[in-house]
Amino acid sequence: MTTLAQKLIADASATPSAKIGDVVVCAVDLAMIHDSGGPRRVKPILERLGRDVWNPERVAVVTDHYVPVESDETKAIQELTRAWVANQEISNFYDQQGICHVVLPERGHLKPGMFCVGGDSHSPTGGAFGAYMFGIGATEMAGVLATGEIWIKVPETVFIHWSGHLNPLVTAKDMMLATCGKIGMGGGRYQAVQYAGDAIHDLNMQERMTMSNMAAELGGQAGLIAPDETTIAYLQSVGADVPENWQDYQIEQPDLNGEVINFDAAALSPQIAAPHSPENADDAEAFKNTPLDVAYIGACTGAKYTDLKAAAFVLAHKKIASHVTLKVAPASLRDQERAKDEGLMQILQDAGAEFLPNSCGICAGYGRDRLLENQVCISSTARNFKGRMGAPSSQVYLASPYTVAASAIAGTMIDPRDVMEA
Amino acid sequence: MARLWRFQETIDTDVLAPGFYMKAPLEELADHCLEAIRPEFASSVRPGDVVMAGENMGVGSSREQAAEVLKHLGVSAVIARSFAGIFYRNAINLGLPALTLPADLDLPSECVDGAEISFEFDQSRLTLTEFDISIECEPIPSFLKAMIDDGGLVPHLEKRFSTETVS
Repeated sequence: MTTLAQKLIADASATPSAKIGDVVVCAVDLAMIHDSGGPRRVKPILERLGRDVWNPERVAVVTDHYVPVESDETKAIQELTRAWVANQEISNFYDQQGICHVVLPERGHLKPGMFCVGGDSHSPTGGAFGAYMFGIGATEMAGVLATGEIWIKVPETVFIHWSGHLNPLVTAKDMMLATCGKIGMGGGRYQAVQYAGDAIHDLNMQERMTMSNMAAELGGQAGLIAPDETTIAYLQSVGADVPENWQDYQIEQPDLNGEVINFDAAALSPQIAAPHSPENADDAEAFKNTPLDVAYIGACTGAKYTDLKAAAFVLAHKKIASHVTLKVAPASLRDQERAKDEGLMQILQDAGAEFLPNSCGICAGYGRDRLLENQVCISSTARNFKGRMGAPSSQVYLASPYTVAASAIAGTMIDPRDVMEA
Repeated sequence: MARLWRFQETIDTDVLAPGFYMKAPLEELADHCLEAIRPEFASSVRPGDVVMAGENMGVGSSREQAAEVLKHLGVSAVIARSFAGIFYRNAINLGLPALTLPADLDLPSECVDGAEISFEFDQSRLTLTEFDISIECEPIPSFLKAMIDDGGLVPHLEKRFSTETVS
């Protein structure tokens, strides 16, 4: 019996027996890079090697980290990116269209059965589509771009099994914070994490992306979800061709292989993770009345269309507390346009939100917009490491968009169900 | 004499290579390495020094500058109880030895921050020179050791491509 991870790697490496622990070389179906770890880092290496990208059709480039341009340095990075993309004749170029992990699927690039690498640690997001996708650094990416292949140690699978069904105002983000709290940031042991169970297959694709995205916070290499009818409906909705053999990847057997960690979705409450690690998670109720200065809806983890809709659901006909700043950075232009068409952006604005560009924003901590000394932030992002989002003295609490929005209204941290009942 | 930098806390990529300086040249980024948790590190570390950390060394982002700044500052090896996967691959790809301590190993009490050390890559061995105590790390798989011996992935590929051209 093979796992989904083994099947994907066996196909990519043409080694049908891919046994756990074997080191195999895989052909890469798609390599994704962004403006920070991408062209500015790989170009000199490819030049040194005397190689161009092995196949421009299998490369996607997204600008999202140094957006907006705010200095000569970042302007030069974007100009280098555009010139290199043109020089390498790469047509899959998404310039300031949103965050790479959200842009790739919305443009139909990710499908069941693919083997992909991304130059970003949240690349396991692609696993939501039944693809094996993982993050690598720039030198290794240059190697992939030169050769079209990469080595991998066939991983064990750590099953995160969610039985039952979620209650209202509880989300994939809460599921992931609870998982981080239970098994810790090293709990994935750089193996393949696979999410299974009824509560997983209840989720829409963007919520599944949140699960897979935060496999990075579990220390997993990949964050897989077996494809189902929801996956296929999504592919059709974005105009992607559906692979004829997609059902070959409907492999989900938590009782047969590897380690299984069980959760009951019906028993889950909204979660908050305290500074400075996602594993400091507990029920939101435990953080009740914790003061805050900034509420942030942002990042690939927490500002997709589904996340904006969740925030708007809580914020409709309400105002944020006067001492709180609510910043919203929609994860992609398409998601922002959809939210706008449905009146969600207006709801957020009327509640008092300020909008930031469709980019990594404060979560990456790369730009001018950062947390100040001693500021306390509740954020829908994935990471609350010390100093990541600004001053080393700033404090970041992680939560779902529902919980962030409810806390912005209350002015202190709160379980969103308390706000919606009031 | 080289020294050991021993860290008890989890070291993430964002303290190794802070985001705000990621647009700057590597030399400038390296000046801020670990400043959020050990402000004197970047100015005091000397070539040959070894960094020792606990579990999940290098957790976080894929930015390889997290390993690259350590190499730039002259660190000869990173030793940890366990590594975050991307950081481990990045270190090897850049030719920076990353070694894991055996799971059942109890570190000697002499293995403290600031201890005088020597490091032998071929033997995966760290020696506390004042006490003549050796710590044997897990051996690096041979195909990765070959990459480090070549100086990292890029020289390794250069070697491979030159052979391909000849044949």
